[in-house]
Amino acid sequence: MAKPKETVSRTLFVALVLSIVFSVVVSTAAVVLRPAQIKNQNLDIKTNILAAAGMLSNGASADEIESVFSQFDVRLVDLDTGDYVEPSFVDVNDPMKYDMYKAASDPEMSTKIPSSEDKAGIKRRPNIAKVYTLSENGEMKRVVLPIHGYGLWSTLYGFVSLEGDLNTIEGLGFYAHAETPGLGGEVDNPRWKSQWVGKELYGEDKTEPQIRLMKGGVSANAADKEHKVDALSGATLTSRGVEHLVNYWMGDRGYAPFLKKLREGEA
Amino acid sequence: MSEMTAKQVLFEPIFSNNPIGLQILGICSALAVTTSMNVTIVMCLSVIAVTAFSNLAVSLVRTQIPGSIRIIVQMTIIASLVIVVDQILKAYAYEISKQLSVFVGLIITNCIVMGRAEGFAMKNGPWLSFLDGVGNGMGYSIMLLFVAFFRELLGAGSLFGVTLLTPVNEGGWYITNGLLLLPPSAFFIIGLAIWGLRAWMPEQVEEEDFKMSRHTHKEAF
Repeated sequence: MAKPKETVSRTLFVALVLSIVFSVVVSTAAVVLRPAQIKNQNLDIKTNILAAAGMLSNGASADEIESVFSQFDVRLVDLDTGDYVEPSFVDVNDPMKYDMYKAASDPEMSTKIPSSEDKAGIKRRPNIAKVYTLSENGEMKRVVLPIHGYGLWSTLYGFVSLEGDLNTIEGLGFYAHAETPGLGGEVDNPRWKSQWVGKELYGEDKTEPQIRLMKGGVSANAADKEHKVDALSGATLTSRGVEHLVNYWMGDRGYAPFLKKLREGEA
Repeated sequence: MSEMTAKQVLFEPIFSNNPIGLQILGICSALAVTTSMNVTIVMCLSVIAVTAFSNLAVSLVRTQIPGSIRIIVQMTIIASLVIVVDQILKAYAYEISKQLSVFVGLIITNCIVMGRAEGFAMKNGPWLSFLDGVGNGMGYSIMLLFVAFFRELLGAGSLFGVTLLTPVNEGGWYITNGLLLLPPSAFFIIGLAIWGLRAWMPEQVEEEDFKMSRHTHKEAF
């Protein structure tokens, strides 16, 4: 241990040089890799949307995903009125850039949900939602809607895809959650997810969503079986969370006004 | 351990001085990231890269580091490398970086990295330190892969995401062992691995802290 390196000025000097060198290293890495990361994030969202809509083929490349996704129109919707709004309303030029989950924590862009109505356990709801529609020859074929809510340990984020009648579920999937692997984590199980296909959201009146997750499964001749899905075994709270969040988002406070307008061809 | 050859430095940590098996370091991430082989391999490569390059960097500047701030200097170097690794994963292995989530960042607090920087790189030249980092990273990796092999195979019926034992949930015959997907199961596997390692290399068994003295009969009379 040579003496000179233990002086105060020497210590400060080493600390300063080290800080500068490594801040340059870290910021270079962050800046250089940023475009690739953003691309990944966008691709991830698109992949999840296509997966929910059942349009994702196995092992699709990034380009294939981009090209399939480009059939979708990305639109912003005012959840209270159910009308489309222009992207400029939320200060973006491209609707893809709007982040409804970020907006949910901004008091100016979201509404507090009274606890009596907060079935999904999300506390605040963004005013504007981002929806993905697919139409062919001017006819609505498919709508993919983002949904989220609390399960047992975590908030589950996912998408539900509806057929052109805006009532029949075409697919449902969660892309982010931290439920118990093997129990609540089975929300990712393809077999469980496949049960959702063909289920109907609304009853006769088309207003109140009727989805129920049933313990013990749904027998072939059960009443209202078009609204019932087998719950996850060993995951009562996750199942309840999924039921609540689907019903919340498809209800009056969620997408029901939008779907109603869409059905009447007014949105 | 003044005169060690490069070969010893590189290979000793794999079995005879395994960081998890003998030094019992880095257990936290060994529990967290071993549910599937793919994720584990990426974690292992990240840890090898960080231990190797942090050892190299610390060793290069070891004569310049004032003793009073040496720990924080090592931390800065390690933390910077970990951030770089994290950024690279986010850019080029996005799916896996999502699964590793916070555990890449937590390599910073992995005792192995800091332990090697302080224990080896501060006293040895850059080349040997680099090898020591690679060696310890590999020792860590071997143990993690061992744990992940059993957890993924018995817990999910697959290896590297390829289904080998079709689980009942997907219409097969294999009843998955849910416990193995939960962190505590890694303790059992690591414990069994350490047992196996010490049965194979009895010199790793620690001496007992104290010995019971023999019971004598001359009491209470």
